[in-house]
Amino acid sequence: MSAAPSDDRADFKRDLLGSLPNLRAFAVSLIGRHDKADDLVQDTIMKAWAKQESFEPGTNMKAWLFTILRNEFYSQMRKRGREVQDSDGTFTERLSVHPAQYGSLDLQDFRKALAQLPEDQREAIILVGASGFAYEEAAEICGCAVGTIKSRVSRARVRLQELLDVSGEADYGPDRNSSAIASRAFAG
Amino acid sequence: MQAFDVTPSDLAGADGAGERISRKLRELYDTVREETIPDRFLDLLEKLDEVEQAHGRRDGGERK
Repeated sequence: MSAAPSDDRADFKRDLLGSLPNLRAFAVSLIGRHDKADDLVQDTIMKAWAKQESFEPGTNMKAWLFTILRNEFYSQMRKRGREVQDSDGTFTERLSVHPAQYGSLDLQDFRKALAQLPEDQREAIILVGASGFAYEEAAEICGCAVGTIKSRVSRARVRLQELLDVSGEADYGPDRNSSAIASRAFAG
Repeated sequence: MQAFDVTPSDLAGADGAGERISRKLRELYDTVREETIPDRFLDLLEKLDEVEQAHGRRDGGERK
């Protein structure tokens, strides 16, 4: 109740530290690259620290941090414009350079497919499907209606399924050429 | 085998595929989540904390 300011700050710092693994996982899943994701996490920490008075102790710090990170992501993307748009291609190239970092080939295919989703669908499916937020919490983080989140998640699932079906065909090998052409079409 | 013909095919397909996608997404996310937190973030938090202590910002800020 009447904790000293330095205790508040220690609590804030401890909770922020505790949320970092999730925050990084969100950033990397959203951006697809560790280096850019960690830069975004760093910016998020600075923003969060600067406005720590606006955080209400006892409320969900993870959701609060995710909201800051997400807003920062979109504001940087608006500033950088095309540079960020082009990052998907770079991301795909880097995957082939460091294939071991993310385990199975299967998982690499998934990362590529995820990177091809529109940002709003990608963030929705990550928040609900991996970060463990309820639809209502995800809607609050994204500043939109619950119905919008639900429809984004469902469109993301359909699109991922389409993309993974295409890449899966290569495993069975019925028609290598058409599958390669389709992959290029989707990537373009 | 026959059971698949009886079940509405798009529903059965969507369930299996949905489960596979959910699993992959969590696998990707958890891989990153389980990584060690890079030192740069621990250092940054220490620095932010030190700066704030030095300026006593919180004591002044409380009363505003």
